[in-house]
Amino acid sequence: MITFDAVTKRYADGTVAVDNLSLEAPTGEITVFVGPSGCGKTTSLRMINRMIDATEGRILLDGDPVRDIDPPKLRRGIGYVIQQAGLFPHKKIVDNVATVPLLLGWDRGKARSRAMELLERVGLDPAMGERYPFQLSGGQQQRVGVARALAADPPVLLMDEPFSAVDPIVRTSLQDELLRLQAELNKTIVFVTHDIDEAIKLGDRVAVLRVGGRLAQLADPKTLLSEPADDFVREFLGHDRGIRRLQFVGTDGLRLRTDLTVPAGFSGGSPEPWVLAVSDDGRPLGWLRGDGGGGEPEPYGTFRPGRDSMRSALDAALLSPSGCAVAVGADGKVVGVATREVLDAALAEAADG
Amino acid sequence: MSWLSDFFGDPANWSGPDGIPARLLEHLEFSALALALAMLVAIPLGLLIGHTGRGGVIVVISANLARALPTLGLLVLFVLLLGTASILPVIIPLVLLAIPPILVNTFEGIRSVDPELRDAAYGMGLTGGQVLGRVLVPVALPLILLGLRLSAIQVVATTTVAAYTGLGGLGRFVIDGFATKDYASVVGGSVLIVLFALAVQLVFTLLQRTTVSPGVSRRVKVRQVASGRETT
Ligand SMILES: Nc1ncnc2c1ncn2[C@@H]1O[C@H](COP(=O)(O)OP(=O)(O)OP(=O)(O)O)[C@@H](O)[C@H]1O
Ligand SMILES: [Mg+2]
Repeated sequence: MITFDAVTKRYADGTVAVDNLSLEAPTGEITVFVGPSGCGKTTSLRMINRMIDATEGRILLDGDPVRDIDPPKLRRGIGYVIQQAGLFPHKKIVDNVATVPLLLGWDRGKARSRAMELLERVGLDPAMGERYPFQLSGGQQQRVGVARALAADPPVLLMDEPFSAVDPIVRTSLQDELLRLQAELNKTIVFVTHDIDEAIKLGDRVAVLRVGGRLAQLADPKTLLSEPADDFVREFLGHDRGIRRLQFVGTDGLRLRTDLTVPAGFSGGSPEPWVLAVSDDGRPLGWLRGDGGGGEPEPYGTFRPGRDSMRSALDAALLSPSGCAVAVGADGKVVGVATREVLDAALAEAADG
Repeated sequence: MSWLSDFFGDPANWSGPDGIPARLLEHLEFSALALALAMLVAIPLGLLIGHTGRGGVIVVISANLARALPTLGLLVLFVLLLGTASILPVIIPLVLLAIPPILVNTFEGIRSVDPELRDAAYGMGLTGGQVLGRVLVPVALPLILLGLRLSAIQVVATTTVAAYTGLGGLGRFVIDGFATKDYASVVGGSVLIVLFALAVQLVFTLLQRTTVSPGVSRRVKVRQVASGRETT
C-alpha cells in the first residue's frame, strides 16, 4: 500500500504543485490520478519513487517512509513507465527489458530468459528481442516499456500517461492488455492520465485532482459517475456521464427473446415488424421486415450478454433499424435478441439504482 | 610525375633519420601524443560538465579561444620561449588546439541526450555514474567521436606546419624541399601528408562503425524475423 500523508510539493519558484494531499493506493489495485493539465499528477507520482522529493508530509510504502530509502535502491523495487517509453536506444529490446534484473545482480542468462518471457507476456514476439528500439512502432515500444518495468517483478508500478502518445486503437489494446496483466499479477499500480475515460476504464479507484494539486474526489469509477462530489468533478466527467455509467451495469439479467430468428431464405409471414435472419451455422445475417417487404438484410449490432455492459447492448440496439440488440455467444452465434422493451426496462432500473 | 618516382624511388629516402619511415613515425608520434593528452583533459571535463550541467561557461570560453588563437603564432611563441631541445614547444600548442573540438562535442553530445531517456534511466534505479556510463556515453558516442576526428585532423595538419620550428614530421619534406629547390621532395611530402590525413579519416570511420551501437547509428542489416507474428 502506498500512503500519501499530508504531502505538499512546493517548487523552487514557489509553485505549489501538490497541496496537502492525503490518500491511499491499496495493494493489488489500480489507483488512477486524473485531472486537468498542470494539476500535479506527475509531481505526485514522481514523489513516490523520489524522482521528486516532497516538501512537506510523508509518503509511505507499506508503512516505510520512502524518504528513508536510498533512491536507486527504492527505484529498483518500483516499476516506472513513462509516456515515450524512454527505451535505451543503444540496447537491444531484450537487454532493455533485462536492465533492472541486471542491476539487481541476476546473472545474464537468467535476466535474458526472464526478459524473453516478459516480451511474450505483454504480447510481443520474443524474436523482437533482438531488435533495437528504433525498429519498433510506438505501440510496441510502449509494450516493451511495460515489460521492462515488470522485469524484476516489483510489487509497485508507476505509470505516467503511458498510453497517451499512441493512436486510439492501439491505446485501447494496450489498456485491455494492462487489465489482463493486472488480473494475473495483482500489482499495486498508480496510473496517471488526463483522460477521464481511461481513468474510468482502468481504475479500481480514481483520484480526481484539481489545479493546485488538491484532491477533489477519490472514489471507485461507478460512484464517481453517479455521485460527483462537486461542480468541478461533474464538469471534468463531461456531459455523457449517464451513458458512461451504463458501462457499469451488467447485461446478464436481460431477458432475451429467441423467437425472433428466421432462416436465411425467409420470405415473409411473421407478425413481428422485424425478424433476424440467421445463417445455417447460427450467425446473424441482418434484420428483415416481418411481412417480407424490403429486400436485403438491414444492419445489426451485437453484444455478449454477461461480458458486455449495458452501454454495449444499447449501442448494439442503436445500430439496427429494429431497435433490438442481438445477443451472441463467445463463438459468434446468436443466442437471442434483447428487444427495445427489455432494454427500456433495464435502463429504468439502472436509473433508479 | 617523374618527381613522384624520383622521390619514392630513391632508396636514400627510405632510411635514416630523415627518411620516409622515420618522418612518418615522428608525425604519428607528435599527433598521437597531442591528441591523447587533449583527450585526457577534454573528455572527462566534457562528460562532467555535460552530466552535471555545471561549468558550461568553460566550454564556451574554450570554443571561442579556439577560434581566436593563431596556432602558428602560438607555435612560434613556445619555440622562442622553450627552445627546440624538447618536443614540448610543439606539443603544448597542439594540445591546446586539440582540446576545444573534443570538449565542445563531448559536452554537446551528453547535454543533447533526450531528457526523457535520462529520466527513464534514473527512474529505473541507475545511479548517477551508471546513467552517465551506461546510457549517456553510448548514446552520445557519435558526437564524441566527431569531436575526436575534427581534433585529429587539425592536429595532423598543424603538425605539418610545426616542421617550420625545426622539428621533424612529414612537413620537413615540404619545407626542406622548398629550401633546397628539391621539388621531388616537396611533391612527395605533400602526397604523404594527404595520405596520412586520409588514413586518419579511415581510422575514425572504422572506430565509429565498431564502437557506436547499431541502435544509435540506425545501421542495422535488414534481416527477416523468422516467425511472422507481429503485434502493435
Ligand atoms: N521543476 C518544476 N519547477 C517549477 N514548477 C514546476 C516544475 N515541474 C512542474 N511544475 C509545476 O507544477 C505544477 C504541476 O505539474 P505536473 O507536471 O505535476 O502536472 P501534471 O498534472 O502532470 O500535468 P500534465 O497533465 O500537463 O502532465 C504545474 O503548474 C507545473 O508548471
Ligand atoms: Mg504530467
